[in-house]
Amino acid sequence: MTTCTPADTTTAEEQTRLSAVRLLAGNPVTVVSAIVLAVLVVVAITAQWIAPFGVNDIDVPNALRPPGGEHWFGTDELGRDIFSRVLVAIQASLRVAVVSVAFAVVVGVTIGLIASYRGGWLDTVVMRVVDVMFAFPVLLLALAVVAILGPGVTTTILAIGSVYTPIFARVARASTLSVRVEPFVQVSRTMGTGHLYMLGRHILPNIAGPLIVQTSLSLAFAILSEAALSFLGLGIQPPQPSLGRMIFDSQGFVTLAWWMAVFPGAAIVVTVLAFNLLGDGLRDVLDPKQRTMIEARRRSG
Amino acid sequence: MADPVLGVRDLRVRIGRREIVRGISFDVARDQTLGIVGESGSGKSMTVLAATGLLDAPGAVISGTSTLAGAADSAPAQLVGASARLLREVHGGRIGFVFQDPGTSLNPLLTVERQITESLEAHRNMTRQQARGRALELLEAVGLPQPQTRLNSYPHQLSGGQRQRVMIAIALACDPELLIADEPTTSLDVTTQAQIIDLVRDLQRDFGTAVVWISHDLGVIGQVADDVTVLQDGQAVEQAPVLDVFDNPQQPYTRELLNARPLIGAPGPPPADSEAPVLLRVEGLDVRFPVTTPVGRSTVHAVKDLSFQIRHGTTLGLVGESGSGKSTVAASLTGLVKPDAGAASLDGLGVRGAAVKALRRRISLVFQDPFSSLNPRTRAGAAIGEPLWVHRLAKGKQARQKRVAELLELVGLPAAFASRYPHELSGGQRQRVSIARALATEPDLLILDESTASLDVSVQARVLDLLADLQRELNLTYLFIGHDLAVIQRMSHDVLVMRDGEAVEYRPAAQLFESPEQDYTRALLAAVPPARPRSALPG
Repeated sequence: MTTCTPADTTTAEEQTRLSAVRLLAGNPVTVVSAIVLAVLVVVAITAQWIAPFGVNDIDVPNALRPPGGEHWFGTDELGRDIFSRVLVAIQASLRVAVVSVAFAVVVGVTIGLIASYRGGWLDTVVMRVVDVMFAFPVLLLALAVVAILGPGVTTTILAIGSVYTPIFARVARASTLSVRVEPFVQVSRTMGTGHLYMLGRHILPNIAGPLIVQTSLSLAFAILSEAALSFLGLGIQPPQPSLGRMIFDSQGFVTLAWWMAVFPGAAIVVTVLAFNLLGDGLRDVLDPKQRTMIEARRRSG
Repeated sequence: MADPVLGVRDLRVRIGRREIVRGISFDVARDQTLGIVGESGSGKSMTVLAATGLLDAPGAVISGTSTLAGAADSAPAQLVGASARLLREVHGGRIGFVFQDPGTSLNPLLTVERQITESLEAHRNMTRQQARGRALELLEAVGLPQPQTRLNSYPHQLSGGQRQRVMIAIALACDPELLIADEPTTSLDVTTQAQIIDLVRDLQRDFGTAVVWISHDLGVIGQVADDVTVLQDGQAVEQAPVLDVFDNPQQPYTRELLNARPLIGAPGPPPADSEAPVLLRVEGLDVRFPVTTPVGRSTVHAVKDLSFQIRHGTTLGLVGESGSGKSTVAASLTGLVKPDAGAASLDGLGVRGAAVKALRRRISLVFQDPFSSLNPRTRAGAAIGEPLWVHRLAKGKQARQKRVAELLELVGLPAAFASRYPHELSGGQRQRVSIARALATEPDLLILDESTASLDVSVQARVLDLLADLQRELNLTYLFIGHDLAVIQRMSHDVLVMRDGEAVEYRPAAQLFESPEQDYTRALLAAVPPARPRSALPG
């Protein structure tokens, strides 16, 4: 029996594991945005307990107080504490964003995966429907859903989710198209593997990279969309605080109380920026093409 | 030696903590070809890229000198650490490059004419019209048929060999003093390889260019080189004229490379029992593919009425150039494409029919490319275990792990390799994992579709040994598909030569190599680099 000669084994021995986590940790921007997001998530989960005031505690004598010792972010026209309201609003925003994007991921990836894996007429029909959904501007589609179902948190989630579904369908389809013709998929087919096993074992892990990146970027846009819908009065309804609504309410007081608009606005900017930067960092590490290129470069002599 | 065109002294390349090129010196003179030979990872490309100022790896530290001799109107140029401006003048103008993959080194969006005239306009200040005339001359010189119409072709309209000819035309456009050819024939069929070798030699005679030819195959180097540098782990272990290297190799590594060359006339496999029952019988196989082109739909007749049979424990070598339909035969046997006509039976059972899944167990496939035929996100152990899982062959996780360890041992890999990802394995190791995966179901028939074609010759020799051992021990039956008759001879009991989807010659291997009947078979035989270097031949 032939065995490996030294020349056959050395290259693998010298290969260091290209761990995705290690590559991510090497990028300071990604690390900072991940930390910011972790803080935001903790804040969102514990908002009710760490908020110093009740979100709807009206205190008219202290209305429109500038930021200071007691009210860190100041108070609004009814004397409500803006810091507390921002904390709770972040919770609402994140919940809407996460649930709606999760909905979009599950539905969109399933559609895209099956359409491209099955191919043929199914692919054509499904993707034309997706094209039609793409033709509507995001807010218009969301407005239509809200108009039909009436405003509220559930409707907002449905609206945003259905807006992002076609994006995930497209990303999943495009990646699947390139993976399903790879030789390792063909070898697996010649063994007689079942479709579910094939999708779960060979296709999904190899298209996960772009999907994770898209998820991160979509979360950012979902937060923006939620804020926009709430600003228009179609998203989260008062008395529950929301970032968009708070900015809307501040309009009449902009010259008197800048803090009413700035702090909710800053919360949106920080959250969206963190998700976007994390997405960029993930893209560099997870994009299979970039990874392959890095690996190929390391290997070539 | 006459004044060298390129003189390299003590060249070193360090990336991070690893020294990849460790003090290499060489000279190459006008009219001469220097062959640089070594396995992948030996630093041969790195050496030449660093010596010509093309190395573009982040964090690479280059030391040593590389001097391009002065020409009529220019002073000698020091290329290591040269300014971007000097390098721009030298590249394309005085040094031409031909790379391995003619598919990706040409810009798919530009016509052949544009790609050739680009450097002429940059370096020689020619007008569009002059450059076009020169491009036409060059295409004629590199032997491209109908050069006038080819000027307006796009790369995808050319075959691999034609693209490589265009690459050579581009490299020679400005009459460079030095031509760098980095594995220029590695991704080509042996027949095309022979043509490119002849072409470069003819051009060298006409233009007097100095050539540096990099290859992993000492057989190819023997056909082109005057001097040879053998690289191992970034060091030049042997530097000598080509005849000395072939006749009197000083280093064991050089001897290993010499012995790894596939040669016509090498002993074939041990004779098999000619009374053994027939395992696979294929009759009247016919495959057509629909193709949609801008001008309309047409069909490609990939396999035309092909019949053959393979006996238990023997190997049928299926040989042909790319486009001959040999891979389509494998694909239709494994159910990847649907044949239009014909029947195949395994031990008398039809390959198409209800019991497909059971039959899949009995036919396994090993593909060419060791890099893409393993799922990058699956460990080697899981890849090998997959067919066991699919066919419920080993009950429970532990039984499966035990079987995977057995299979790894069978292909000569340590059991610990089960936990490695494909990118942690070398090309040869990946191909061993693919073979282990194919053997997991204890198949009767193993289809090897160019399974060793993209490996270094030295690795290929070891994988071929492994396959021969496995066949003897497990009484396996192979359908061995290849383009290199020397490799086919080493493995096969019977040989089927295919061209344009048809069988050209189908006979026992011994007879076929003894007295080939068809011109096409003789052409394939002649294309294999011979045992002796060309310079040893009279005339």
